This record gives sequence, structure tokens and C-alpha cells, in this order.
Amino acid sequence: MHAHNPYLPELATVKEVIQETHNIRTLRIVLDDEEKMRRFVFRPGQVGQLSVFGVGESTFVINSPPSCKEYLQFSVMRAGEVTQRIHQLSAGDPIGVRAPLGNGFCFEELKGKDILFVGGGIGMAPLRTLLLHMIDHRADYGDIMIIYGARSPQDLCYRYEFDKWREGKVDLVLTVDSEFPGWKGRVGFVPTVLTEEAPSPHNRVAIVCGPPIMIKFVLFNLKELGFQSDQILTTLEKRMKCGIGICGRCNIGTNYVCVDGPVFSVAQLQGMVPEL
Amino acid sequence: MSRAIFIPRDGLHPVLDRLSAEMDVWVPVASGPQKCGGEFVRYVPGTVPVLERQSTTPPKRILLPQVESLLSYAYVKDPEDASRVKINLQAEIAAKPTVVFGARPCDVRGFLLFDRVFTGGPFQDEYYRKRRENTFFATLVCRQWDAACFCSSVGSGPADMEGSDLRLTPLEDGFLVEAINRRAHPILKLMGGEQPTKTQLEAAENLQKETTEEQVGTGDLTHSGDDFRGRFEDLEYWRSMVSQCISCGVCTFVCPTCYCFSITDEMQGLEGERLRSWDSCMFYQYTLEASGHNPRPSKFERYRNRIGHKFSFIPAKYAGMIGCCGCGRCIRSCPVSIDIRKVVENLKENACACS
Repeated sequence: MHAHNPYLPELATVKEVIQETHNIRTLRIVLDDEEKMRRFVFRPGQVGQLSVFGVGESTFVINSPPSCKEYLQFSVMRAGEVTQRIHQLSAGDPIGVRAPLGNGFCFEELKGKDILFVGGGIGMAPLRTLLLHMIDHRADYGDIMIIYGARSPQDLCYRYEFDKWREGKVDLVLTVDSEFPGWKGRVGFVPTVLTEEAPSPHNRVAIVCGPPIMIKFVLFNLKELGFQSDQILTTLEKRMKCGIGICGRCNIGTNYVCVDGPVFSVAQLQGMVPEL
Repeated sequence: MSRAIFIPRDGLHPVLDRLSAEMDVWVPVASGPQKCGGEFVRYVPGTVPVLERQSTTPPKRILLPQVESLLSYAYVKDPEDASRVKINLQAEIAAKPTVVFGARPCDVRGFLLFDRVFTGGPFQDEYYRKRRENTFFATLVCRQWDAACFCSSVGSGPADMEGSDLRLTPLEDGFLVEAINRRAHPILKLMGGEQPTKTQLEAAENLQKETTEEQVGTGDLTHSGDDFRGRFEDLEYWRSMVSQCISCGVCTFVCPTCYCFSITDEMQGLEGERLRSWDSCMFYQYTLEASGHNPRPSKFERYRNRIGHKFSFIPAKYAGMIGCCGCGRCIRSCPVSIDIRKVVENLKENACACS
């Protein structure tokens, strides 16, 4: 009935909340309209605007894979007003969602290629949806390597499913910034571990998401490893309001991150005005 | 053939009375303490339109209200399960037939951009679309330009009727009103008025011709995209052009083409509304992210984006359309005398200074 009003959220209910780290929570939500939930389709990398009515909306990537029909998953780091309130929600609470929005990953073009995921902290969320999609269609892709790092072992998201990822025949390299008692993974910043691992750029696409400082050095090191700018994808964040390319807020030159992104190749970014 | 009527100067009120009995009619009136300003208001019998000078604020808010409710919500107990809370959500999209009487070509030109942004996809803004479809513009052939006007420099002109439905030509003793598209015919019929004489028709035609040939503003600002890109990283340039800017945002407030908005929630008790309100890219908070990062931390980046948006990004996105209508309001209203024409013209000089 409201199909024509892009500002009107769908009503949904929080089904489950997972405390990932001290400031990141994952919400699994279900649209109240069962028919719409069944018919909901999206591309890995597309985003949704979550609404806490009375507080506002914020944009998050849908980090469940498209094959998951039971719920839509969002991971939210507590940072501002809306995320603060999202963190107060528990199972059974109502929430609004406008999704899917944005472009998503061009996963069709990645078929037949080797993949390198480089993630830091909450930056693993947009990578998770694509990773799980690739595991769902494992034969379509070559070698998959993940380098995922956080400050400490307790700051890694999705720890409870790392074993499951590994069962999908992916090479998961975990790293934390410094030594922690009981930590058996790597120690060091993500860009450094990337250089040590030195994955071959041949027929490979790198997908990078994390804090800006990590991205900066990862891009530098990827270039040193021989990756070209059209072989590197990243997802951008901006302050957003409408999420549908109208309100004028999230532009980088002519591009709106909300509709033209959030996924851009580094080659695309180089063609835009330098205003990140 | 366009259909036409003549309204004698003292016959304006009866015409507007008749119109306003059937639909919303907006007219420019004098405003402010000394009545030297001007703004558009809803006409009620007795309102005195001021058609002899440009209004201080454009008719922007008629199609994009300064604040409007996008939806309302209420938290209610689930009648089937008292331990649960549900949301009642409502969105009302309504628009009354509306005539904007006495806008100028520059005012209407702003809406040509709005049309692209709000209804040109990929998403349709139904609130805007519905209002737009129900709004008719009776636009003056403009004879009152001043030193700040530059509509001809941005590809328009004082007789440009693009986007309008009726043309008002001011004559010595009244106005000739012509329908310039079919959807305006019922409006013209409603207005009544007199059958124009041959002399009046000729006088109007002459004035239209004469006005079309006028060059309001010098120079051509329509091809500034490349120069802008060349200057983008030349912070020294932006510093020299807009160091006096105090980020007050009045340029965006009075601009007929500035449409950027914010969406905020307001709540009282268990009920509230999601509001859309005008925002300004001149403000620090506009792009401030929750992390504390701000891609446009100083007024230089913000002003640069305003120029870029109007003269580079919009033309690139919408087939050469300029995001400026040349009305000159930002120049007249700026408390520190920034002249947008100078900022754009100077992009050209030493355009490679940054490289």
C-alpha cells in the first residue's frame, strides 16, 4: 500500500540481538509483513536505513547473505544518537527499515576470480554478506583469503562463526594489534599482515573495509603488491539522511554514496573529487 | 495559439478573489519591518500583491515547505499481547490545486532543477511530485532587474517561460495573461478578466520581444565545470574568494535552486513525527559524521561544494543544466558581500594554479 513512498519504512521486529564486542551489536530483524519478508531480495553490499521512531534513521549494510530468508542482519557500532538507541533494543522490539538501498557488490563480475577480503573491526560487516554469498556459491570463485584484524581478540566480530567460514574453504587470517593472553592468531596491524601474507594480485580482486586509517595503508600496501586500482573495491560511509539520492548530503562530487555507492572501486574513487 | 485575457490594474483583486475561492493562490507581498522585503504568501481577499519588484525569498517553500511532516508514528500496546509494543505508522500525501501568481522566470527556473532531483529518479519523492502536479505558475515577464541579477549568464533570461503555465506581461494599464500550455486553460477561464484589445496584444508582444533580447548579467557561467575541477584542490583560491564567509547559510536559504534537506524525528509522549526541513551545506553539522570525522570541516570546503554542486556536479549529472538561476538573491542577502558570479568567473583565471 505504501509502495510508492520511499520515505516510509517497513515495520519490522527485532528477533535476536548478539553482543559482538563492547560497542558492537548485531540485530536480526524480520519484516512484520510476512509476504514482503518472503519476497525480499537484495544484493550483497546493499544497505538499509534502520529507524528508531522518535530518534531517527541511520544506514547500515545488510550483512546476512541473500540466501538467508529468515531474517535480515545488521551490525551496529555505538557511535551517535541513533546507534545508542539501537543498542537499547532487544528481541521483540519494533523497528523500521527501508531496504534494500545502494548499489551492492558486482559479484557477477567477480566470478572465476581469486578473492582477498581485508577487514578491520566493524568493517567486517559488509564483507560478511559477500563472503557468505561466495561460500554459498563456492564453485564460482577461486581461492578466497580473508585478513581480518581488530584491536584485541574481544574486538573481533562474528567470532562464533569463524570455524564455519573455514569450513567453506576460505583462508582466514586473524590478527590483533598487540599480544593478548591466550591469543593464537597473528599479532600486528592489518596492513603489515597483508604485506607478510603477500597474496598474488594475479586474477584477484581485493575488497577492503575498515577504519579510514587502515584503508589508507592497506591501499598503499596493495599497490606495492601489484594490485591495480580497478582490482580493489571498498565501501564508503557518509552522513546520510534520505538514502535515496535526493537530500543532497552524501555527495562526493557528482556521486551520491547512498545510491551510486556504497561500493566503489579505487579506480572510480580516483576519478572523483578528492573529498573523503 | 495561446489564449489570453487582460486584467486592468484595478481589476487584479476580483481576479485573485475568484481564483482563491477555488484553489490556493500564492502572491508576492511586501514584508519586513519597513515593508521593503518581499515574500510569497497565501492570498486571501484583501492581500496586496507586490508585483513591481523581486521578492526577497523565492516561492521555494510552496513546493518544498521549510518544514513538513513525512510521516507520523505512535507507540501503542499490542492489543493481542500486552507485553509487546507496536508502531502505528501513517503517511499522508496531499496537495491542493495551487496557483503561484507573479513569480519571476528565475523563481520558476529553480523548480526545473527540483523536478529532476525529486522526480527524475531513481526514486520519486511523492510529496513533491503531488504538489508539483497540482501547482500552476503564472509568471511575470520580468522588467525589474538590478545589478545583482544575472539570469542571462546562466542560460535563462527575463522572459524565459520554461516551467511556467501562464505568462503575465505587465502593460501600462494592467496585465496580459496568456495560457502557454493546455493545462493552464481552466485557470485562465477561472480568472475571468477582459478580452484583450489588439493594441494590448501588440504592446505585450513587443514587450516580450524586447525583454527576450535583453542581456541580464555579463558573461557566461554555463561552462564552468572543468574550471571548477581545476581549482578544486587550490585551497588558496577558495581562501581568497570566501575568507569573509561567516557560514550563516542565508545564501542557501534564499536560493531558489537550493533544496538540500534534513530529516529529523520529533516526539511528544508516545507520538511523534518524522520531519523534513531545509538544511544548508554551509553548516559544519551538515556532513559531520557520528565518528567525529567531517569531510568538509571548514567553510572553504563547504563553499567549494556549493559552487561545485551548482556549476559542475549538477551540469554533469543533468545534461548541462545549471544549478543556479541567476536571481542574485545570495548576492543581495550576503552579510559579507560574497558575489557568486565573481567566484565562478575567477575559476577560469590561472585555472592550473593548483597543479
